[in-house]
Amino acid sequence: MNTEMFDPELMDYANRDPRLPSPVDEGNADLGIDLEQRLDLYERQQVLRQFEKRAYDMFLQNLVKGTSHLSLGMEAVSAGFGAAMRQDDYTFATYRGHAHTLSRGVDLGPVMAELLGRENGLLKGKGGSMHLTSVEHGMMGSYAIIGAHLTIANGAAWSAQIRGTDQVTVCFFGDGTTNIGAFHEALNFAAIWKLPIVFVCENNLYMEYTPIDLITAVPNPAADRAAAYGLPRIIVDGNDADAVYMTALDVIAKARSGGGPSLVEAVTYREQGHSRADPGKYRPKEEVEAWKGRDPIPMYHQRLLGLGVSEGDLAAIQQDVARRVDEATEFAKAGAPPGTEHLMTDVWSDGGAAWRN
Amino acid sequence: MAELSYRDAVAYGIAQEMRRDPQLVMLGEDIAGAGGVFKTTVGLLNEFGPTRVRDTPISEQAILGAAMGAAMTGVPVIAEIMFSDFLAVCFDIVANEMAKSRYMTGGQMSVPVVVRTANGGGSRFGAQHSQSVENWCMMIPGLKVVAPSTPADVVGLLAASIRDPDPVVFFEHKSLMATKGDVPEGEVIDELGQAKIVRAGTDATIVALAYMVPRALEAAERLAEDGISAEVIDLRTLVPLDTNAILGSVAKTSRVFTVEENPRLCGWGAEIASIVAQEAFWDLDGPVVRITTPHIPLPAAEALEDLAIPSTDRIVRTVKENLD
Repeated sequence: MNTEMFDPELMDYANRDPRLPSPVDEGNADLGIDLEQRLDLYERQQVLRQFEKRAYDMFLQNLVKGTSHLSLGMEAVSAGFGAAMRQDDYTFATYRGHAHTLSRGVDLGPVMAELLGRENGLLKGKGGSMHLTSVEHGMMGSYAIIGAHLTIANGAAWSAQIRGTDQVTVCFFGDGTTNIGAFHEALNFAAIWKLPIVFVCENNLYMEYTPIDLITAVPNPAADRAAAYGLPRIIVDGNDADAVYMTALDVIAKARSGGGPSLVEAVTYREQGHSRADPGKYRPKEEVEAWKGRDPIPMYHQRLLGLGVSEGDLAAIQQDVARRVDEATEFAKAGAPPGTEHLMTDVWSDGGAAWRN
Repeated sequence: MAELSYRDAVAYGIAQEMRRDPQLVMLGEDIAGAGGVFKTTVGLLNEFGPTRVRDTPISEQAILGAAMGAAMTGVPVIAEIMFSDFLAVCFDIVANEMAKSRYMTGGQMSVPVVVRTANGGGSRFGAQHSQSVENWCMMIPGLKVVAPSTPADVVGLLAASIRDPDPVVFFEHKSLMATKGDVPEGEVIDELGQAKIVRAGTDATIVALAYMVPRALEAAERLAEDGISAEVIDLRTLVPLDTNAILGSVAKTSRVFTVEENPRLCGWGAEIASIVAQEAFWDLDGPVVRITTPHIPLPAAEALEDLAIPSTDRIVRTVKENLD
C-alpha cells in the first residue's frame, strides 16, 4: 500500500514543497507572430482579466449569487486558442467558462448580466455562471459535470465530419478531469474515429482543493496519458499567450486537415481559489507568490514593450477594455430579474413545459 | 399491410426515417456489422453504409455524448444503449446534459436524439440485464419517454420520436421481440403523448405499458368470461402523458388498475394513481390499485422471475378481488 497519501504532514498541502513555474521562455518573443496579432492577444487577455476582476468585485457586493469559478491567471490559454480558432469552430468549456465564452467574441454585457441573474443575461438568467453558452458564436456550452462535455464535444466534431465542413472543435477542461472515466472514453473515441477535435487540459495544478500530483498516477495528468490513445505528448506553457497561440495553430490545422485529434496540456495556475467559496489556503504561500510573478499579463506587457510597442499604446488598450467592462457592468445592473413567465418556458421544443395533456 | 415481428419493426422503422432524412445517423455497440445483439438493426449497415450506421466501443458515455453533440450541431442521431440497465453508466448525459440543455441555455440548444434501448424482463438474464427502467427516465424534466407494445407502434412511434426535436428515450421490450403484428403499407408516422384504448370496457380500467399490455389484454379476456368488462389502455408514452385517455376511461368505469413491470417505488403507476386521486376522486368507486413487480432486484431463475413480474393470473386475481 502506498502510505504516502495518508501521511498527515503531506496532507497539510499548504506546507508541501511548492510547485514552481518554469521561467519565461524568452525565445517565445521570436515566434514569428506579427505585432497586430500580438496586440490582439494582449487585448483578449485584458478583456478576460478585467471582466473577471469586475465579476469578483460584484461577488463581494453580493450582486452575483450562487457560485462562480474564475480563470484569473489562466487567461493566456483561452486568449491563445480563441485567437487561433475560426469563427465557425466550436468551443466546449467547463463551469470555469467565462474566459472561453468571452474569447469567442460573445458580448460582455449579456455575460455579466447572466452572472447577476438578469433577464438580459446570455441565458435569460436560467443557466448562470456555470452554463454560459452562445450558439451563434460557436460557444456550445459550459458544462458543470466533470468529464461529460468531452464526449459531447466529440459529437460536434463528428457532426462536422458527417456534414463535410472543416470546422474544428476545441474542448477545454481541467487537470481533475483526467481522472474520470469519460475522459478516457472520449479520447479513445476521438482517436478511433479520427475526429477533428482538440482537447485542451488547463493544468492549474489543483483538482479543486487537492494537489493534482497527489491523486494522479503520472506527473503530467493529460500529456502522460496521450500515448494510450496514440497521440503525441504536448505540453505548453499556459502562461505564455504566444506559446499557446502557436500550439493552437498547429493542432487546429492538424484537425482541420483530417489529421485527427490532439491532446494539449497547458500548464498554468489559478491565482484564486477553486470557486467563490474558496480562499485557496491549501496552497504554499511561496508557490502562489511565484506563480503571481509569472502572471501571463504583465509578462506579455513586458514582451510587447521589448518588441517596440509604447506604454501609451498598451494603456490605450487597457483603457478601452476598462470602458467596455464598465459598460457591461451598467448593462447588467440595469437588467430586470427574469420575469416569472420564464420559469415554465423552453423545457421542450414547443417552448413550453407541459408533460401531460 | 405487412406482418412484421416487433424486432424487425425496429429496423423497418429506422430505415423508413433514414431514407427520409439523409442526415440521420445511428451509433451503438454491435449495431452495424452484427445487426444488434437483439437483431433489431439487421440490414441497416448494408443499406445506409458505415458512415451512417457505426459500431462503437463499449463506452456508453462516449456514445450518448457523441449523439448529443452531433444532434445539437445539426445532425439528428439514433443512439443504441444495448440494455436499458446500462443507462446507469451514462445517466449523466441522459439526465444532466441532454435533458436540460434547452432550458438552461435559454432555449438556444436543441437536442434531437433518440436513445433506443432494450428494456424489461422475461429473459432470465438476472438483475443487471432485465430491469424495467422507464421510471428512471420519466422523472427527469426534459426527457420524452416512449415504450411501444406492438410492431405497428414501434414503427410509428419511432418515426415520431426521430422527428421530435427533443431527446426521447425509446424502450424496446426484450420479451416482445418475437411477437408479430400488422404494419400499414407506406410511411407510418404516429404521435407521442397519445395512449390507445386497446380494449373497450365498462367495469374497470387497466392501464398498462409495453410487455404488460398483452398480459392486460389476456386478463381482460378472462375477466370477460366472469362477466367483468375491463377497458385496457396502452399508454405507449409516459412523457408526454395522455391523462385525458385515463381520466376519460375512469369517468366511464369508476375503477383503475395499473400494471407495471417496474419495481414498486415511484413506478409510473404512482403518478397515475396520484392524478386520478386528485382529479377523478369523485368518479371512483374504490381505491386505485397498482399491480407491480415487487420492490426487489429481478431474480434470474424462471420460477422467481415469473413470480416477480405481474402475470396474467395476478392481474385477473387482483382485479376480481378488488371489484368484489
